[in-house]
Amino acid sequence: MGVLDPLVELLRGLWITLKSMGEKPVTFQYPEEKRSVRPRFRGRHVLKRYDNGLEKCIGCSLCAAACPADAIFVEAAENTDEKRFSPGERYASTYEINMLRCIYCGFCEDACPTEAIILGDNYELSFFDRRSAIYTKESLLEPVPASAMLTPQKVEAGEFPRSVPEMEDPRK
Amino acid sequence: MISDWTLWLEWFIKSLVLIFALLGGFAYLTWYERRALARIQTRIGPNRAGPFGLLQPIADAIKLVFKEELTPAKAFKFVFFLAPILTVVPSIIIAAVIPWGRSINVFGREINLYLADINVGVLYFMSIASIAVFGIVLAGWSSNSKYAMLGGLRSTAQMISYELSLGISLIPVILLSNSMRMIDIVEEQGALWYVVIQPVGALIFWIATLAEVNRAPFDMPEAEQELTAGYHSEYSGMKFALFFMAEYQKMIVICAVMAVFFFGGYLGPGVDQYPLLGPVYMFLKIFVLLFAMIWVRATWPRLRYDRLMEFGWKVLVPLSLAIVFITATGILLAEQTKNELWMWAIPAVSVVVGLIPVVAIFRALRRLSYGRA
Repeated sequence: MGVLDPLVELLRGLWITLKSMGEKPVTFQYPEEKRSVRPRFRGRHVLKRYDNGLEKCIGCSLCAAACPADAIFVEAAENTDEKRFSPGERYASTYEINMLRCIYCGFCEDACPTEAIILGDNYELSFFDRRSAIYTKESLLEPVPASAMLTPQKVEAGEFPRSVPEMEDPRK
Repeated sequence: MISDWTLWLEWFIKSLVLIFALLGGFAYLTWYERRALARIQTRIGPNRAGPFGLLQPIADAIKLVFKEELTPAKAFKFVFFLAPILTVVPSIIIAAVIPWGRSINVFGREINLYLADINVGVLYFMSIASIAVFGIVLAGWSSNSKYAMLGGLRSTAQMISYELSLGISLIPVILLSNSMRMIDIVEEQGALWYVVIQPVGALIFWIATLAEVNRAPFDMPEAEQELTAGYHSEYSGMKFALFFMAEYQKMIVICAVMAVFFFGGYLGPGVDQYPLLGPVYMFLKIFVLLFAMIWVRATWPRLRYDRLMEFGWKVLVPLSLAIVFITATGILLAEQTKNELWMWAIPAVSVVVGLIPVVAIFRALRRLSYGRA
């Protein structure tokens, strides 16, 4: 340690800040320039569909039971072959999530037996009143590519008897 | 007596221009500081309002004007109201003595590019600079709040301590130029800026002004972590804006004064032929000095309060007294021996003397670090 060190250190600090002026800013110009989220990011929920357009949600309310913040409300109704929303007996006629209560823990995702609810990558949730903080089934449901795939669908009798699809054994 | 009404008109217009220049300067200094700080921190800074964020100060002003003004219930209302005014007025009138150039010819009339040419400009500067402390201490006291009170007290102690070395570090300049008129001081620097003869004096002046305008690393009165916002904790809306304005205008003015005393003021190449270049040179010098202030703010951490006081009283005051002694001796020797070379002994000896406190601080720091280990 030299005698002039206090002075040298002060000047070195000045040099470092001056040098950093030449660096490229790390700012993302947010609304125009969006940063992609991480693979395990938990954003706004999405209600998934099968490839044929039927909803995965069967209205079992397990997500509502698992929710620690009590943010989810599910009401189930019976499916018929004339008006089929999801495979199996029942579907969610009402599905509401209060985004002001949700803590994005992902327990609903874990509880779901049909993998119908997924925490997506949308984090741009803003609203002007409490009423619009409650996201309904219409806003949560995944859009479909063709209008023929919209629910309710008219299907042949006995085509979708099971509400939980046969899943692959993860051990295989 | 002055009976010529055009002279009154000239003064009026010049004051108006000066005040508006300061107000505009204040507004755009906030923008300049935010942009420069952002660049140092590898950010972009305000760039949304208008091109390059140039309308940001206007947006800020509108916001501040329309904000609700709160007055604490147990505040001393009159003083609470008076304090921002007492702070902002000195910061504007201090600019009256700053020379911006020689004189220009407008419609066959000589117009001097300065507002007041008083023969004790330096004294005027010193006295007005010390008035500003009243606004701050009164604001702190009348708010009837602990944080504001502590901030105001700190500020008073700090400003009084550093004002001493500020004043003393100006004496060498007065000795060298043989005048207290700002214009004489500038004109004397035609051959050589005083910063060359007075490097240590300029440094002391710089440090003392940083403390005087409460800028980092001496922003004790408004140390956020300790005092929330210091003396203006209880102020909001336009009253707060006045404190803000005073701080930034003082920055501009003090950089202008620094340019006048040590960096040749409005002098520069070509200013003899085109006197209008004077204000341009002044502006450039102020711009660079302001950048130095922002740069220092971005780099150095805030001093602890007791060390701030120790530095002011134990280092700066003795050092500035030594510089006065060295300068006076150098001038005397040069006059007695009729040898200009003695003038060059002034910077050499003062730099050597300036290194003494550096060594002393080094030893003190080493002692402290031994104590910790």
